[in-house]
Amino acid sequence: MKKIIKLEGLCCANCAAKIEEGVRKTGGVKEVSLSFMTQRLTIEAEDGREEEVVEAARRIARKIEPEAGFKVLR
Amino acid sequence: MTKKQKIMVFRLAASAVFFIAAVLLEGKSYYAWILFLLAYGAAGYDIPVKACRNIATGQVFDENFLMTIATFGAIIVGSLEEAVAVMLFYQVGELFSDYAVNKSRKSIQELMDINPEYANLLRDGAEERVEPYEVELGDRILIRPGEKVPLDGVVIKGNSSLDTKALTGESMPTEVEAGSRVVSGSINLSGVLEVETTSLFDDSTVAKILELVENASSRKAKAETFITRFARVYTPIVVVLALALAIFPPLFQGGGWGTWIYRACSFLVVSCPCALVISVPLSFFGGLGAASRNGILLKGSNYLEAVANLDTVVFDKTGTLTTGRFQVTDVAPTHGDREALLELAALLEHHSNHPIALSVKEAYGKAVDVERIGQVEEISGYGIHGQVRIGKDWHELYIGNRKLMERQQIKVDTPSEIVGTTLYLADGREYLGAVVISDAVRSDVPEALGGLRSQGVKKLVMLTGDKEEVGRAVGERLGLDLVYGNLLPGDKVFWVEELLKKKPFGKTLAFVGDGINDAPVLARADIGIAMGGIGSDAAVEAADVVIMEDEPSKIVDTIQIARKTMGIVRQNIIFAIGVKVLVLVLVAFGYASMWAAVFGDVGVSVLAVINAMRALTYKKMPSREQ
Repeated sequence: MKKIIKLEGLCCANCAAKIEEGVRKTGGVKEVSLSFMTQRLTIEAEDGREEEVVEAARRIARKIEPEAGFKVLR
Repeated sequence: MTKKQKIMVFRLAASAVFFIAAVLLEGKSYYAWILFLLAYGAAGYDIPVKACRNIATGQVFDENFLMTIATFGAIIVGSLEEAVAVMLFYQVGELFSDYAVNKSRKSIQELMDINPEYANLLRDGAEERVEPYEVELGDRILIRPGEKVPLDGVVIKGNSSLDTKALTGESMPTEVEAGSRVVSGSINLSGVLEVETTSLFDDSTVAKILELVENASSRKAKAETFITRFARVYTPIVVVLALALAIFPPLFQGGGWGTWIYRACSFLVVSCPCALVISVPLSFFGGLGAASRNGILLKGSNYLEAVANLDTVVFDKTGTLTTGRFQVTDVAPTHGDREALLELAALLEHHSNHPIALSVKEAYGKAVDVERIGQVEEISGYGIHGQVRIGKDWHELYIGNRKLMERQQIKVDTPSEIVGTTLYLADGREYLGAVVISDAVRSDVPEALGGLRSQGVKKLVMLTGDKEEVGRAVGERLGLDLVYGNLLPGDKVFWVEELLKKKPFGKTLAFVGDGINDAPVLARADIGIAMGGIGSDAAVEAADVVIMEDEPSKIVDTIQIARKTMGIVRQNIIFAIGVKVLVLVLVAFGYASMWAAVFGDVGVSVLAVINAMRALTYKKMPSREQ
């Protein structure tokens, strides 16, 4: 399943790269892409592990860029 | 500006005031250092705070940490003034690039401001304002002037013109009347329209386009991955070098710890990779934005990279190079004018509903005088024989294929066309001339092909399911390099694969189709380009690049946008890495101060961002036809 998350207020391109890298290393993630410009984090998660992956991503994002929001779009 | 940015401006102004006062007082008063500290605090009190917090969560080597160490180090070795200046300029640079990024984000959003907010639903005669996704298939909606068309549909009542600029890049409004299709996302300009919807919101053109654009930056170009990878190794390397610089030279050469620590701190200032990491995606984003403003949607920045290296372009014939509709393409009377011959043809074909007859009537374009038509008989497989009044006399006319002329023993002296169908006209036994009907080549195809050649595309190929001779004739007229005819959809994949094998290394191949029946080929090519994206879900789905309107010349625009974007990306990468390395070398040998290091960081960032924003603008080159 594809999960799309909006990171409103993401303001550092390098942090974006780090968040993407962090999420990539999380278990259950097949594909991930974080666009700094559109502030969209797109995660292709293994079926059934979507919730777990989104939570992990939330933790990673908060750690690296606490100022940015974290809103699951779908 | 956002609220955060406004606060920052205030802080920086305060810091600058303290800083200037401190510089003026320096040497005159012992207390100048208090003012320096105030200036430092106002500009960057949050940097050390963030650094500590990040270290607590296990992240070293972020820019906050680096700036903290660098400035504290400078303070310790007694360069208070420079420490404050570095912090001040670092923050100014951050603010500026933040502002630039927000601005370009906004300009893209405005560009894609096609999302309709509401629909005026007609229910039992009463009108109700609802969310577009609440409208069901076949519902009636009302669209007033100035409103966006919320869903795809067909006009039931009313006339108006629609602005589709945001969708197609086409600035001429389209006229619509009862029976016309309307596309969601266009803006109603003049009259009130009543529309019956033909799609749900989720399946509508506007939803599809928005989805595509928002997902576009998730497929990253090689240059983008390269730069993030580079950044990951760059920072640790520079930090290690800084450490070595602080320890080894004073240890082995003796003395001057302060000098070397100062140089090491300057290293840390340059070690932040932000300039690199920010400018590349920003340039690509700008390029994608410039393309969509011109009615060209790309599904990722990797396709910009690919389009910039186009070597082979393979076209589908029908519907892509040609309009796919039969039209009168030539009128050749033996004597007299073309209009008169076409009028006779239109008179004879008046009662027929055959596609050929329709094309003839369309080409004539005027209503015929029915009084002039007498007895008409259709001769199946041959054509039409009819009586037409010319002047005062009735004439026996024949119109049809060559077999008809032979049957009537009429001598024909027009060579028959390979492409399309030729209609011959005769008055009794006298041959009058011919009307050629064929699938017309799109008007901007010659311009498109010329443009592709001048952009360095080496091979132009046409694949067609049509007869080989027909393909050849069209290909020859257009100056294509290769033509393959009699192809089934599977054969097209085969030929594209053959061509893929032949193209030079590092170059790319694009297939251009109308998205109907050619999904496998679109997928097989390096770049699948679908034309006529408006209203064709299949095209939007299967292709990598969608050209919203049937204009092959937009491929040339795509190449130009892609090349410009890639140029900017290359400049930024070389410029940023080059300046950083240069500054590092100069600093290491003591030829540059921390000021140069600040330029190496934020200065480069700002310049790279400004350069990146150039990618957003694209001006169509003056017509390439002349």
